[in-house]
Amino acid sequence: MRIALTELRRRPGRFAPAGIALVLLTLLLLVLGGLLDGLYNGSTGALRAQPGELLTYSSDAKLSVIRSRIDPATIAEVKQVPGVEQVGGLGAALLGAQVPGQSDDASVALFGYELAPTGVPSPPQHDGDVYADRSLKAYGVKPGQTLLLGPNHYPVQVLGWVDDVNFLLQGGLWGNADTWRAVLASARPDAVLAPGTFQVLTVATAAGADPVEVAAAIDVATGGATRTVTRAQAVNSLPGIEEQQSTFNSIIYTTFFVAALVVALFFALLTLERIGMYAVFKAMGASSRQIFLQVVSQAVVITLISFVVGALLALAASFAIPPQVPIQLTAGRGAEVVVGLIVMSAIGSALSLRRVVKVDPASAIG
Amino acid sequence: MSALKLENVRKVYQSGDDEIVALDHASLEVGDAEILALVGPSGSGKTTLLSISGGLLSPSEGQVTVAGDDISSYDPKRLTEFRRESVGFVFQSVNLVPFLTARENLLVVADFDKRDKKKAAARADQLLAELGLDKRKANLPGQLSGGERQRVAVGRAFMNEPALVLIDEPTSALDTKLGEQVMELIVNEVRARETAAVIVTHDLRMTHYADRVLNIIDGTLQSS
Repeated sequence: MRIALTELRRRPGRFAPAGIALVLLTLLLLVLGGLLDGLYNGSTGALRAQPGELLTYSSDAKLSVIRSRIDPATIAEVKQVPGVEQVGGLGAALLGAQVPGQSDDASVALFGYELAPTGVPSPPQHDGDVYADRSLKAYGVKPGQTLLLGPNHYPVQVLGWVDDVNFLLQGGLWGNADTWRAVLASARPDAVLAPGTFQVLTVATAAGADPVEVAAAIDVATGGATRTVTRAQAVNSLPGIEEQQSTFNSIIYTTFFVAALVVALFFALLTLERIGMYAVFKAMGASSRQIFLQVVSQAVVITLISFVVGALLALAASFAIPPQVPIQLTAGRGAEVVVGLIVMSAIGSALSLRRVVKVDPASAIG
Repeated sequence: MSALKLENVRKVYQSGDDEIVALDHASLEVGDAEILALVGPSGSGKTTLLSISGGLLSPSEGQVTVAGDDISSYDPKRLTEFRRESVGFVFQSVNLVPFLTARENLLVVADFDKRDKKKAAARADQLLAELGLDKRKANLPGQLSGGERQRVAVGRAFMNEPALVLIDEPTSALDTKLGEQVMELIVNEVRARETAAVIVTHDLRMTHYADRVLNIIDGTLQSS
């Protein structure tokens, strides 16, 4: 191990080709992962933050929040279902918002809610007051400002920031149910909803109740007028979410595979070059295991150093990318990438094992 | 007890249907503090004999005893341990690790062992001082002269306090004057430690440094 680390310290240039490749792969993995996280979180935050384990849609809405409508009679039926502890109405309107001092409109999703989502205070008491997702800062939004929503410029005032409650990549604004109804009526007079009607219900189940069974019971109780799903199902049913995840993950896994190939090829060549040295080591009593551990330790250290450099570059890139691009670099994603790269580099370097084992100590002589 | 004893050792290689006899019923004994020179032309089997004596190769037949241990039947793992603990090698082309200093090249031996690292460091310093390399121990091989590199290689061979030192063509790449200096150095070190040594050479000018000379021709040992 000491020999391997000494070589890295004294001959860094020798490892530069693998190091540079791994830095670029780290950068790619972190940027791709950051984009995936940004897209996913920006699209799903409003649903992920819901306090209930279940979400109830009207059965004809095909799990679309915007198309769904649930009237007060149905809400009363849902509340009576055994296992249901709390029911809160939720409604959304996707609009443009005029921000004071800004020439471009910000895209927002205004929610009216009864049960506070995670990280969001109870619904504002005054109509026209809203909490805004912090991502709207990038569009010039500030607490205390009045935003003008929709084509008829309905005014709402920003009380403060909340986090990770965006919807379909539009900045989340969270007000009480009357604010949402009023905004909807102002923007879409043809789609005015009757008092007490919501688009979706967030349903908290009683302790010990099986949410899946409760979901089925709700839909039976409403005579098929509703479709109730778990929060995770609701998130995955958002348009493009699953496709987005699978596409990005395919690219990410392929990049990990390429990292393993880069390390494997580099250390295969390096091992070929060092066969004479390894033969001398074996002649002096080194085991194949000891030599192999040197190869792996070099691969892991190069990977760690490359990760640090690549992560710094990714961080710099995230600052350079316009705020409209939803990139989120998280510690969790960083940990996933560094662990993945270490595993792949260990696997890649392990391909040199056969060659190391085959080094004949007798070749050190003659 | 002899440092090395070979009894009827044969080494046969298969080449298709043919058998190539590299060593044919070789028997010899090297005393505890004896220096034996093994002389022969290329392909005569001297490297094979050296490799078998040092546990780098296993014999096809016969018995090999080093410092009282019969190593003929050792499996590869035990042979590795044997080489680590009981023999020292000086290789033909010196073979120092180019990115390690002279001192670190000696400590390589201890790196593969579980022995006390402090003791190993003290031994490396002592060996380097004895070899006149005290002021060169922080230099890389590329910063040392040919003779200095050879001295480092000799020091490395003695790091594990071996019962037997095997030296392969120590003067092959050196002119006569430097070759004699290196041989004097090796002989002095071997004698100072009362260690046995087998020196393989085809340079007949160097054989007078040995206590005994054996010729090997076509895998067969002959007294000189």
